[in-house]
Amino acid sequence: MEVFVGIDLGSTTCKAVVLDEEGRILGKGITNTRSNYNMATRIAVHEAMTAARFSLLCDLCGLSPDERQDLELFYYLEDYRHKFALLRDLLLELAAEQSGTWVETVREICDRVSAKLNRETIAEVLLDRAHFFKDLMLAFFFEEAERTLPAGDLPFDPFLGLLDKALVRIENEVFPMEPEEALKGYFSGPREEILATLQSEDLEIRSQVGTGYGRQLLPFPPEQIRSEILCHAKGAYACFPGTRTILDIGGQDTKAIQLDDTGVVRSFFMNDRCAAGCGRYLGYVAEEFSMSVTELGPLACQACRYIPISSTCTVFAGAELRDLLYAGEKKEEILLGLHRAIVLRALSLLARSGGIFNEFTFTGGVARNPAVVRLLRDMVAREYGELTINIHPDSIFMGALGAAMYARENA
Amino acid sequence: MSRTDVQKDESMILQKNMLTRYFDELAQVKESGKKVVYTFVPGNLSELILSFDMLPVYPEINALQSGMRKRSMQFIHEAEKHGHSEDVCTYVKCDVGMMLTGNIGPTGRPIPPPDLLLLSYTGCFTFMKWFENLESLYGCRTVMLHVPYQAEGKVTGEMVDYVVRQLREKVIPAMEEVSGKPYDPDRIRWMCEESRKAEELFVRCLESAKQVPSPIDAYFGGVYYISPIFTAFRGTEEATAYYHKLWEEIQFRMEQGLGPVTPEGTLGEERYRLVVEGPPNWTHFREFWKMFYSQNAVVVASTYTKVGGIYEDGFRHDPDRPLESFARYCMGCYTNLNLPQRIDLLVRYVREYRADGFLINSIKSCNSFSAGQLLILQEVEKRAGVPVGFIESDLVDPRYFSYAHIKNRLDSYFQMIDEKRKH
Repeated sequence: MEVFVGIDLGSTTCKAVVLDEEGRILGKGITNTRSNYNMATRIAVHEAMTAARFSLLCDLCGLSPDERQDLELFYYLEDYRHKFALLRDLLLELAAEQSGTWVETVREICDRVSAKLNRETIAEVLLDRAHFFKDLMLAFFFEEAERTLPAGDLPFDPFLGLLDKALVRIENEVFPMEPEEALKGYFSGPREEILATLQSEDLEIRSQVGTGYGRQLLPFPPEQIRSEILCHAKGAYACFPGTRTILDIGGQDTKAIQLDDTGVVRSFFMNDRCAAGCGRYLGYVAEEFSMSVTELGPLACQACRYIPISSTCTVFAGAELRDLLYAGEKKEEILLGLHRAIVLRALSLLARSGGIFNEFTFTGGVARNPAVVRLLRDMVAREYGELTINIHPDSIFMGALGAAMYARENA
Repeated sequence: MSRTDVQKDESMILQKNMLTRYFDELAQVKESGKKVVYTFVPGNLSELILSFDMLPVYPEINALQSGMRKRSMQFIHEAEKHGHSEDVCTYVKCDVGMMLTGNIGPTGRPIPPPDLLLLSYTGCFTFMKWFENLESLYGCRTVMLHVPYQAEGKVTGEMVDYVVRQLREKVIPAMEEVSGKPYDPDRIRWMCEESRKAEELFVRCLESAKQVPSPIDAYFGGVYYISPIFTAFRGTEEATAYYHKLWEEIQFRMEQGLGPVTPEGTLGEERYRLVVEGPPNWTHFREFWKMFYSQNAVVVASTYTKVGGIYEDGFRHDPDRPLESFARYCMGCYTNLNLPQRIDLLVRYVREYRADGFLINSIKSCNSFSAGQLLILQEVEKRAGVPVGFIESDLVDPRYFSYAHIKNRLDSYFQMIDEKRKH
């Protein structure tokens, strides 16, 4: 079966979407961009192709959505366990290079982390795909190291140094497991024939198109490289054909795109040089607060008032936040103010692009943030009146979807 | 591609020689005793200055030349050390910095200090502050020519009379005093006739871009074509000869169906025809140009080539009414038009030059002309119905040129035009 792949190589995440010949979405993949763009691309495409194979399998074997979810969970858990085993070996090896006494402490931390890698604890995280292996490991190891280290002889900071070194290598060298291999234990006994069906699947990439911040790094000829403006517009228009204005907030750029009624881009505006108020800024803020980036929005939503934040400058964010915390301001109120500043900045860009026209579609990774969404809805209603605001659950994949659609059209 | 590989037409060599002689002449004023008048390009009074045997110096031209030769950053630093803020027009800072570091011009030869500052205000508020600074730095005399802005979208008889009166009562007496020579109406008449001839040819050259494919790039090539007519040569036989040669070359290209000359040879198939508003970036001029010609994009009309004057509506310097024509010339340059006039002009360009799109290169440090550009963009899009694009850079501050960002936007913009064509 021939498929079409779109790759959106962003500054923070790499996304891939696989379409079938009819233009149906078969699979999606996402990973953090890390320092190795090539690896990130291969992983995102692998993940999307794996998901596509699962889709095909469900069609062929009549698996229900619940069964599919169970299958995916098993696969991702196996894959993470495989990566974890390699991470553990590497950590022990690095610890041994430091000091013999460190090995036992590292082993103990690893055992505790290993116990957490089960369906009950990480099912949601695995299926959501918003946290990657590195994020999960950092969270688990932090927690267990804090618990273990005060009694041991291994200081906390050097341990984090080891962990960081090991994680970088695992991320840049270890490829996801092939589904046939990971699912051997899952399809046993009477279900072996399902595994045989999986093994016999033959997906062939007929055409692929790359987009996003790092698109020029993709080893594609020029005709297979598309601007992210056009790809986001195409993806958003395909999902919401009433779209006239698009706001996309990605890792390091914000785009305001205006479309005509046939979906053709009339004009666009992007932030220039400075990534203030983009996804990277939120990532930086999360680090300052020792939180996950996905926790920021929900916490901000708990606030009843906001602290005005004057700047969305990523570089100054740390100093400003520390000052406010030191002054006794509440974390959630600071966060609400900060999200408000992001939305104000986005509205300014939209205003410069000519304003917001009905329907208004919000895409990009930041569209997953509930505080940004809530504030945006409020402020848009106040400034432009009641408009239809579209936010797709897969808003982060709009660029990759548009690219896949171009790949299908090109073929 | 190395500098030596750049292809040059005969007109380019002619112009280079004219400029070399001009800078040589400037460097030798001590020996020649010629007086020097600093003035601005928009609505300049070159004929008048030259008729008194004085030499005009255009600080913007020095600044852009310094930018092209990668020397503007050091001058800007120097001006900032002397208190000019980051937001000040970088032409001003480059000029002030150049002066503070010995006034060595772009060709490496000294630029003499001014004997007179001729402040012909044409739409740019910064001009006034700029010459206030120069007045205090050089300690020299300033004469101001106040040029009424076309706020109502037209030049009235009263406006012409107002400018002519200033020329008669302020500007010409100041020039007579500084040069020690009387106003020479015969010479002015003769020079206006030369200007008229050059202007006639110049219009033909720029309007050749209406042909498909265009034989010229009216922006990147255009900045070279405007040089003689907007600077120290208008009203001279040299300028007329230059435009004769240029027109010959363009006619040849038109007959042969050839595209514009780029630094890497003749452009192949023309894929995109654009109208551009705003000056080019000078510090990365070649890289900037390449972003266009590498995509086979040609600029068929630009407003930057009209900042020194607009001729396509029939204006010519008039030997029979020289002062009146100076007044009309000053008031008619692009920077002195109001926003609706600019929009009308741009929409007309898109239609008459059969452009596929309209693009603005907005200048970070230019407060006078960046204001209103978003409105221009939206109006042109609405009225001309072509895809519009907006990029940002600067005149001569290299810190404001971000190659990746501009390339990213331009690539997106060209793809937008492709998409528009499909529908």
